Amino acid sequence: MGYPHQSHPREAVVLSKHFGDAEARTLAGWKARGGYQALEMALGMAAADIVTIVKDSGLRGRGGAGFPTGVKWSFMKPGDGKPHYLCCNADESEPGTFKDREIMRWTPHALVEGCAIGAYAIGAETAYIYIRGEFTEPLEWMNKAVKEAYDAGILGANAMGMGKRVDVHVHKGAGAYICGEETALMNSLEGRRGNPRIKPPFPAVAGLFGKPTTINNVETLVAAAHVLKNGAAWYKQWGRPDNPKSTGTKLFSVCGNIARPGNYEVPMGFPFKDFLWDLCGGPLPGRKIKAVIPGGSSVPIITAEEAEGALMDYEGFVAAGTMLGSGGVIVFDDAQNMVKQIARLARFYAHESCAQCSQCREGTAWTTKILERIRDGQGTMEDLDTLLSIGDSMTGNSSAS
Amino acid sequence: MCLVEVEKAPKLAPACATSVMEGNVVHVHSPKARDARQGVLEMLLINHPLDCPICDQAGECELQDYTFQEGRADSRYQEPKRFNPVEDFGGDVLYVANRCILCTRCVRYMDTVADEAVLCVSERGDRAVISKFEGEDLTHAWAGNVVDLCPVGALLSKDFLNKARAWELDRAASVCPNCTQGCNSVLEVRDNTVVRMKPRSNDAVNQFYLCDPGRLDYRWLNRADRAEQPMVRSHGALAPVDWEAAIAQAASLLKGNAVHVLASPMLSNEALFLLGQLVKAQGGSGAFTVMTGPEAPLSGVPDLALRAERAANVRGAELLGFAKGGNPLAGLTTDKVLIVADHDVSHLDATALKAKAVIVIGTTLPTALSHADVVLPIANMAEEEGTFTNLRGRVQRYFQAKAAPGLARPAWFVLSDLVAAAGGAPARYAPGEVFGALAASHAHFAGMNWEGLGLSGALPAGGAA
Repeated sequence: MGYPHQSHPREAVVLSKHFGDAEARTLAGWKARGGYQALEMALGMAAADIVTIVKDSGLRGRGGAGFPTGVKWSFMKPGDGKPHYLCCNADESEPGTFKDREIMRWTPHALVEGCAIGAYAIGAETAYIYIRGEFTEPLEWMNKAVKEAYDAGILGANAMGMGKRVDVHVHKGAGAYICGEETALMNSLEGRRGNPRIKPPFPAVAGLFGKPTTINNVETLVAAAHVLKNGAAWYKQWGRPDNPKSTGTKLFSVCGNIARPGNYEVPMGFPFKDFLWDLCGGPLPGRKIKAVIPGGSSVPIITAEEAEGALMDYEGFVAAGTMLGSGGVIVFDDAQNMVKQIARLARFYAHESCAQCSQCREGTAWTTKILERIRDGQGTMEDLDTLLSIGDSMTGNSSAS
Repeated sequence: MCLVEVEKAPKLAPACATSVMEGNVVHVHSPKARDARQGVLEMLLINHPLDCPICDQAGECELQDYTFQEGRADSRYQEPKRFNPVEDFGGDVLYVANRCILCTRCVRYMDTVADEAVLCVSERGDRAVISKFEGEDLTHAWAGNVVDLCPVGALLSKDFLNKARAWELDRAASVCPNCTQGCNSVLEVRDNTVVRMKPRSNDAVNQFYLCDPGRLDYRWLNRADRAEQPMVRSHGALAPVDWEAAIAQAASLLKGNAVHVLASPMLSNEALFLLGQLVKAQGGSGAFTVMTGPEAPLSGVPDLALRAERAANVRGAELLGFAKGGNPLAGLTTDKVLIVADHDVSHLDATALKAKAVIVIGTTLPTALSHADVVLPIANMAEEEGTFTNLRGRVQRYFQAKAAPGLARPAWFVLSDLVAAAGGAPARYAPGEVFGALAASHAHFAGMNWEGLGLSGALPAGGAA
């Protein structure tokens, strides 16, 4: 259906098929739309076979880093006698990104199903959905869906009556950007301050409560359910023939100075130019697009020219000098003062730095002060060198980066 | 802070939080690692006040040391510095937020070692500060360790505030005398005055810690009302004499008489050993009492607590034949000579301190003992070398930190002369010699030697008890 606009014919509507369809929110409505068939299938399979299918599909993490999901799942070693956990990262705190929100608002059962499949596949009995504090409405729908699923025996000690235990819990965060970082999320879930942990050990070895844990983005888990139901080959139909590394469909959230903001689901490798002009309607009347941040506010910003040549998949955006990230497309037109925009983004990072590593804590605040000085006309040429140098000094020298 | 380059690792690793693995090649001084550390230092310093001249930590500040090693000479930071007010954290601790680098050692110590999570990081970004949880104070008996753990001058001891510069202090390895735990400590002295006691690490006893009641109870080592010269009673009054005359007078009083010794459990093993020899030679008895208080364990360290018995050498006194508790004067009869060896008499019945003769071997001459026949002034534990035996039987050396007042001499010295003058073993000229004789004659100390005790002490051959 599409929300808030009708789906464009060039979209590849899989995850967003029921956006705007209020009936899909209920258990009955979801089942009528084919819901929980994938879970039933999964619980009848060997966990290792599910991992293999997901691996074969080429599905990669949709939260930002793009790590192959099946490979991540295969890190979990079943039968080591420890409890295993699945965490669903529904913190969606990257500015410009609002795709997980819509998945949870319109198809909460899709996420419950995805979590249950993921948990079973990695040998976990418990999945936690960590939802950011500001997502009050999605939280409400998720709580309702989980309750419905328990009442119907879909979750619990005997999930779907198939003799396997699958528990799904919804946890509300307090609204911190850093809690979208996987280890900070786990700390927060444990009741600690949401500071990232030093890796190694990686979550697959010692994650939530010190136990082997897999953490996946909302979109990834929901896509995994579709992969399982329709097969790896079906999922691989989307993507560039010359790039087998990026497969399937991807939700992009579009905001900023653009005619039709909203969520769009396109095949991997879709031309960014067509996306911006055909699907999203291009710039507002009388304006020109100046720059685009294609993957959430922490990926490099590119000019309109660079954007026009880019292809929308992991490798395509890297070739254009940026990253796919979380798929949060922020568009700036020629009326925008870029210094002001960047200063605003810098202020966000200075506000949200968890303060654990000195480089980020002090560096984000320092860059903000310099940028705001430049914005106010008090900048010097030396400031530019200092900014570049602080940037170098911050990159890679903190736990979360 | 300490970023190092590990070959084949994708990014620099924090040295303190990275486990070494087989085959690792680590570059500490590579240009990349050095640049990164300079970058971190610059960040740590942009909001750090340049107030080293008035900061208590100066001279023992890790940030200062690192800045000297590899910091920038100038600052590129032109913006106003962040400001937060100084906060009283309760207990002995003051928090100077502006100097804090948010390493969170204090937070982690209170949480995982003291097991009383009073501190936390509040706020985010460069607004972050260390805070107390609402309604909590740093009143845990071991909270003062956060001051030692703080690498900068953010957590300060109120007791030591503005008292001395770190480079003006003389330091001596010591053992905290304030309970039977025997925590290893450092006595810091300025102008012959003890101004601070800090923990000295010993994994077998106190790891890196010292309790607040222990570390803050050092002022008695500086008391001014000391016995400073030997005296003997002459024509009804105490008159100063030289040491030879005083020892001779004490020996003549002892001649043919049994003794009762009140021995302080603060005395060294050496002094107690010699007193024990005196009791053996003259016949008689020896006893002591010890002050007690509430026990306060540090839960993160096994077998570490502020112990109920508040004196360092209770175990040694017992081992060397002195009876603990009850009425310490029970063995005293008027036909005996009473020797009070620095034992606290303030809580005893003054009228019961009657004997054929009274010899005071003490750091002070209390009023209750003004009828003494001989007064032999001795050094306190900060003014001499010696050993204590802790409650688990560990024998530990402490070193001299300051000079004794007047003519006062170490107790082992005085007693060694007295034993010789009374017809016992010949005088010994070093505490190690006395300890050697002790080790040769007493099973608990068998096999130990003065040098071998080193800085961490030794347990008896059979192990801890």
